[in-house]
Formats: sequence, C-alpha cells, structure tokens
Amino acid sequence: MNAPVKSFRPSRLSRREMLVVSAASAGGALLVGCSPASILAIGADDKFGPFGPFLKIAPDGIVTVVSKHIEFGQGSHAGLAALVAEELDADWDTLEVVQAPANAKVYENIGFGAQGTGGSSAIAHSWDQLRKVGAATRVMFVDAAAKRWNVPAGEIAVSKGVVSHSSGKSATFGDLVADAAKVKPPENPPLKDPRTYTLIGGDRVRRKDALAKSNGTARYTQDVHLPKMLTAMVAHAPRFGGKVRGFDASAARAVPGVVDVFQIPTGVAVVANDTWAARKGRDALKIDWNEDKAEKRGSDEILATFQGLASGRIAPSGDLKWQSFDTRGEASPPAGARIVEAAYDFPYLAHAAMEPMNCVAEIGGGQNKLTFGSQIPSIDQLNTAMIVGALPGSIKIETLFAGGSFGRRANFKSDYAAECVHIAKHVGGGRPVKLVWTREDDMTAGYYRPLVCHTVRVALGADGLPTHWRHRVVGQSIQKGSPTGTKGLDETAVEGAKGSPYLKATANVDGQAMLPEVGVPVLWWRSVGATHTAFVMEHTIDQLARAAGRDPVDYRRALYAKAGASRHRAVLDLAIEKAGPKAADGWTRGVAVHESFGSVVAQVAEVKLVDGAPRVGRVVTAIDCGVAISPDQIAAQMEGGTCFGLSAALYGRITLKDGVVEQKNFDTYRVLRMNEAPAVETYILPSANRPSGVGEPGTPVIAPAVANALLAMTGKPTLSLPFVKA
Amino acid sequence: MNTTLDINGKPIAVTAAPDTPLLWVLRDELLMTGTKYGCGIAQCGACTVHADGQAIRSCQTPIGSLAGVKITTIEGLGGAHPLQAAWVRLDVPQCGYCQSGQIMSAAALLARTPTPSDADIDAAMSRNLCRCGAYQRIRAAIKDAAGVAPAQA
Repeated sequence: MNAPVKSFRPSRLSRREMLVVSAASAGGALLVGCSPASILAIGADDKFGPFGPFLKIAPDGIVTVVSKHIEFGQGSHAGLAALVAEELDADWDTLEVVQAPANAKVYENIGFGAQGTGGSSAIAHSWDQLRKVGAATRVMFVDAAAKRWNVPAGEIAVSKGVVSHSSGKSATFGDLVADAAKVKPPENPPLKDPRTYTLIGGDRVRRKDALAKSNGTARYTQDVHLPKMLTAMVAHAPRFGGKVRGFDASAARAVPGVVDVFQIPTGVAVVANDTWAARKGRDALKIDWNEDKAEKRGSDEILATFQGLASGRIAPSGDLKWQSFDTRGEASPPAGARIVEAAYDFPYLAHAAMEPMNCVAEIGGGQNKLTFGSQIPSIDQLNTAMIVGALPGSIKIETLFAGGSFGRRANFKSDYAAECVHIAKHVGGGRPVKLVWTREDDMTAGYYRPLVCHTVRVALGADGLPTHWRHRVVGQSIQKGSPTGTKGLDETAVEGAKGSPYLKATANVDGQAMLPEVGVPVLWWRSVGATHTAFVMEHTIDQLARAAGRDPVDYRRALYAKAGASRHRAVLDLAIEKAGPKAADGWTRGVAVHESFGSVVAQVAEVKLVDGAPRVGRVVTAIDCGVAISPDQIAAQMEGGTCFGLSAALYGRITLKDGVVEQKNFDTYRVLRMNEAPAVETYILPSANRPSGVGEPGTPVIAPAVANALLAMTGKPTLSLPFVKA
Repeated sequence: MNTTLDINGKPIAVTAAPDTPLLWVLRDELLMTGTKYGCGIAQCGACTVHADGQAIRSCQTPIGSLAGVKITTIEGLGGAHPLQAAWVRLDVPQCGYCQSGQIMSAAALLARTPTPSDADIDAAMSRNLCRCGAYQRIRAAIKDAAGVAPAQA
C-alpha cells in the first residue's frame, strides 16, 4: 500500500462520494477550505480529556494510550504506546492500550488524509505525533510538580510514572494528574535525545495483548454477542458479477432458528438466531442466478492473455496502453550483445486470514454503528453513510482485534462490511446483525493479489553488468476506480521494479506496464507490488550473475555501488556476515534483497529438496527499518512475514475454471504448516533514521531467495509460482 | 431437546440439536468464545478442544457424539497453564485468532509427551494453522513450557 500513503486525498473521492459527503454536509459550499478528513469527521464526537485524544491518565496513575491503528497482529498497539511512554517516562508495565473510535480528523493517518492502517505506516506516520503527545504531557506533569513543590522545573525528573525532585520529594502521575490537567500543553515540547531512551530499542516493548490472546478472552468480531442479535449469512453468485434473478426461500425459512430471508445487492441474505441455523438456512436456498454479465473466463485464459500481451504476441485492444516507468536511454541493445531473457507468471492469491471476514452492524433506532476489525474506518464510514443516508462522521465504529488481514480488510468498497450494513438496514430498528462469512465465502469472494506476468530482457556489457533492461508488466490494477486511483500508472503494479537499484545501475531502461480489466476483484496483499516485483528483480539478478560468471552476492554489491544503494549494501553485508561462511551440510543457500515501505531486507535462505519440493531451513534476515522501536516485535514480523511469503511461494494459487473459483478451503488452498516453517534469525541494522515499515517488508524476499537457491542447486530458474503446483 | 455436556468439569445442559457441531454450541449457545471458527472442515485447528484429553476439532464434532465425554476448552485450561505463561513470555501471538487452538493442541501433546522432540511437536502441531506465521515462537514456547532446550539453529 505504498500508493495510498502518498495519495489518499480528498480530491480522489469519486463524484458519487463527493455528492454524498457534500449533501450530507448541508451544501457543497461548506467544503471550501475544509480538508477531506475534516469533512469525513462531521458528526463525529470530538470531546477528549485534558491530555488529548491519544492519552488518558486515570486518578490511580494508570496511563492508557489510545491507538488510532487497528491491531491485527503487526504489533502496532505496543509500538505506538512505546512512542508515547518513552517521552512521557510512563511506567510501561502498567500502561494500557485501547482502540480509538472512528474519527477521520482526529485519528487521521498522516499521509492517508483519513483514518486507516496500511502500507506498514503506523509507526512511521506516528513517530513525530505520538512522541510529542508524550513529551507535552511530561511537561504538564513537571510543571504541576514544580508549582506544587515551588521548585524550578529544571530540577525535576520523571521515571516510570513517578515525578521526583532532588530534595527527595516525589509524586506519582496519579497524585499529580488533577493539577497536570490544568497546565496548558506546550505546542513544541522538547523531545529526548535518542541516546537517552529507556524503552525504545530495548527488550521491554512487548505486546500488551499476549495474555488475552493466550487465554481466549481477546475479543474479535466473531465473538460479539449483543442482546437480540441476529446472525446472517449470504449466498453469493458462483461467478464474479452474477446477480440474483429469483430465489425460493421456502425450505430456508422452514429451518428452525431462521428469522428472515431477503435479497440484498450482493446476493440472498439469511438471518437467524445463531450461526448454525443461518448456515443450514443458506444451504436450503434455491437461487436462480443471472450470470449474463459475469466473468466467465478461467485463470488459464486470463494468464494466456496476459502472457501474450507481455511478450508482444497479442496486440492490445481498446483503451489498453503501455504505461512507462523508469524508462530512459536507448530502447535496444547493440547487435551481438549478450542477452538474458525470462518470462514470469504469478497466480491470484487469497489472503486467507484466520478469521474469515465478518462484521456486526446496528442500523437505525437512533444510531448507526459497526463493530468489527475496521482497517480503514473513514472508508467504512463513508460506504456505510452512502447506504444508510447519514453523515459519514456520525457512523460509529468500534474497532476490535482482527484475526489477520494482510490487506484484505482495507477494501475501498468495504465489501463485507457494506453487505452487513445492507442486512442490518433491512432488519432495521438498530437490531444488531452479525454477518458471518464461512471460510468458503471468504476464499471465493475475490479481492485477490492480482495475477501478474512479467517479461524481462537484459543485455550485459563487457563487465557482465546490465547495459539495457527491457521490462514488461501485465496485471490488473488494484487502485483503478478507487479513491486512491489515478489516471496515471497504478504504482502498486510496478513498485519494487520501478525505482530498483538494479534499474538505477542500468544506463538504458525500457519499463512498461499494461493493466487490463478482468472481472475478478483484486486488492493489496501483504507487501503488494513487491510480492511479484521482488521475485522478478532478485531472481533475474541471479540469472544475470550466472550468465556473467559472477558470484551473485558480489554482483549485487557491484550494482549497489553503481546505484548508490548503500542501505541495500549494508543489509546484504550484515546478512552475509551473520549467515557465516557456508550452509549446513546438504543445504544450498540463496540470497535476495528488497526495499519496500521504506525498509530494506536481505535474506540468506538455506534450502534443500525433499521429494522434489523445496524445504527451507535456516533463514538469516537483516533489516534496515530506521530506528527500531521494538526489536522483538520486528523479529516477530520478520518471522511471520517470511512464513507468509513462503506459504504463497510454495503453495499459494487461486485458480478459476469458467469463472468459478476452484479453491474453497484449506484442503485445496494449501498454506504453510508448522513442520514446514523455517527458523528465521533477525538482525537489525543500527540506524538513526526515522522508523520505516516492518509489517510487510519481511514478506517478499523469501520467494526469490528460495528460487536463487534452487537455481544454484539445479541450474534452472523458477519462472512460475508457486513452486509446488500439485 | 436437551443434551447434557461435560464441559470444563461441569455438566451443562444445552438445547441445540444433536447434529450441531460442538463449536457452535460453545460459541453461540454457551457464549464460550475462546474456541474459534476458522474453516469448518477440520483443516485449520482454530476450534481445537480436548475430548477425554485428546485434541479434537470441535467444528466437526456433533454434540450428539459427546455423551459422557469430558470436554476441555481454552476457558478450562485455567489461564495459568505453563503453556499460557510461555506464550506470554515469548510474545507468541500476533493476530492471536489461532492461539486458543494452538495451545489446546500443545496442551494435549504435553499431557501425553512431557518432553517432546521437534518431531513430536511437528506431528502434534501441524494440523493447526497460523497465518501470521508464529510457528517458530509456538515451537519455542512449547519447549520453554516443557523445560526442553531450544534446538540448535
């Protein structure tokens, strides 16, 4: 999600969205001079305590940090709290974290222009804001103590929630909170010298939710039970774009516990007293689908078309055009140059978060409220507002822990949430409705990582380094038609190829992308464009090094020197050093390096073949992510990100036959299991730079590292993922 | 029709039909939501509970088959189980959704095999999916709880 970080701006709201927002704001004139976040926040509660919207301090001195970002595994709650706690000198052990409500203005992601989580940006975009919150509040406590004790503020120290003076006087935050609340917060409080940090960068920034997530008490959408709540399931069309022509609900209505059956825009909803009744009711539905306008192509056909476009065998039709990236210099290498060519393809991928998508909505009866794992609350408010006809800011959202997302919950159509709103609106009266998607619903609902093809043709010079790099990318646009969509190239299709140090080190580049429309919905998927571009760039480099007769690590170093890519060089060197001189007996090493979300990750993976399939053992990881807030959480994200990338590389593939998704559950959509998990070691490059992303950059590097090990082992490149297609 | 189940040491009468999976009785009727729905076809392990000490998938276990069977859920593990302490010590959970099932599978393993080898852990835990990829820490936490030395890298 690099692009939305840069470009989610009000001007990108669609005409319909602007109409709704402006109508809801009682006249378009109100919009003049307002930021989009301000507009989206009209109708929102914005009363906060004396320490502002991000911080509460109770009379007992307990400090609570309010997280504007959802916690769905990435560790943001702890990381964000640490920024406040460090500058405040709060007691980390008793500190608590709660989830912010929806408020586009107050809880705006700086860089999105609205409230939302994505692009591995939570820490990076809160770095200044939350340190200031902590520092300003610390000043308020120091001033309150100075006044109470009649001593100079400069003689007062704060540590672990205790304010003290050299004379021996001391008071807790609790003792001082009433006085501190009366102090005017300074606008530009002094921030600590990083060398004096007691929390950031140490081992104490641990998860606050580990206990609740180990004893079953952590609350997810799936766990919401409210008085009079109904549970809903929806029958969806077998093919994308299918509509209901008619249906027979008589058998469904006869299922005990089924309360109602009705049509909604996305299918037929069954509402029942509990999940099992809803499921049985849905199974009993008879629906006549109108699939005249549905996507009926199979993934093999789509792949063949994309491959034809990428290779030039098929001429583009209609509006389809090549769009340039990084293009400069001559298009063609001189006759007789040494040429390396490769054509790659990547399948659709499901996110397959452990908690299937779900939502609770209460519509009508004086308020409109959603309770669920909302990743982009401002968009979910906007989509809800359009359905119910209310101010976006007036839509309450209680964001819960989500059982994973990996991009799936950051949906510009709020697909499953909007579906729940439609159902709850029909039920009416504010009666709570929980929409439950089964695993099959979740896996067949689309919003996949796009199917993508690349072709690469590289000419090598006398020194073996590239002189001409021709690159074609064909895949669906993720952002087209969304609020972040632009008329220009969808950056998420090429990020990671575009801007690559290898292209910077090449004098002549001809980069072009073509983004055909297909009826299969696509979406970001952990590390987005890098899921395929990192593979193409890193695996191509090993093929080039091989053609040049050079060691792939030294070959990279030569290119990084040419490109001025010092961070790439540093993480590569760190990973190589920590990996030690050679692989364990029977294992072969592969190396890959990739920059995404502002961070650079290098991996050395040890691979062997077991029954013809790659098995990954030790993976040495080095990351430069700027200042490391929590080294342990960074390591957790490298471990998890590597598993997520490896799972897809080994097995991940959604296929369609005649437009129908063939994988419906984990029996056919194979994912990585415990016995296949690598042992990831994480080393963090010391840095004084601002923090950059951590949640996603660990994902895209493992697949090319494994492919490079296989190349070293067998001499054959891997041109199509997943590795295991059986 | 009422069925009486033995859950976490207590007899509990439930009204769900006998063909209803235990998972949905726990979650929707008894509001014991620590046991999670992940796949419904015994492929992911999120719904793992113990039946007479064995790890089973509650999504595929109709309550009609559980007469006289002692059922233990994550709520019945007590909160201070050595595995739960190890899970917190090593910050195992990420999104956390699979962890009740992971811990129940691990608890059944340790009850049977107090000092498990890596192969024992693989065999017992490979039916529990974790999409966040916390596998490495799950393995380390099981060994930590069992007092087994971590494997050499």
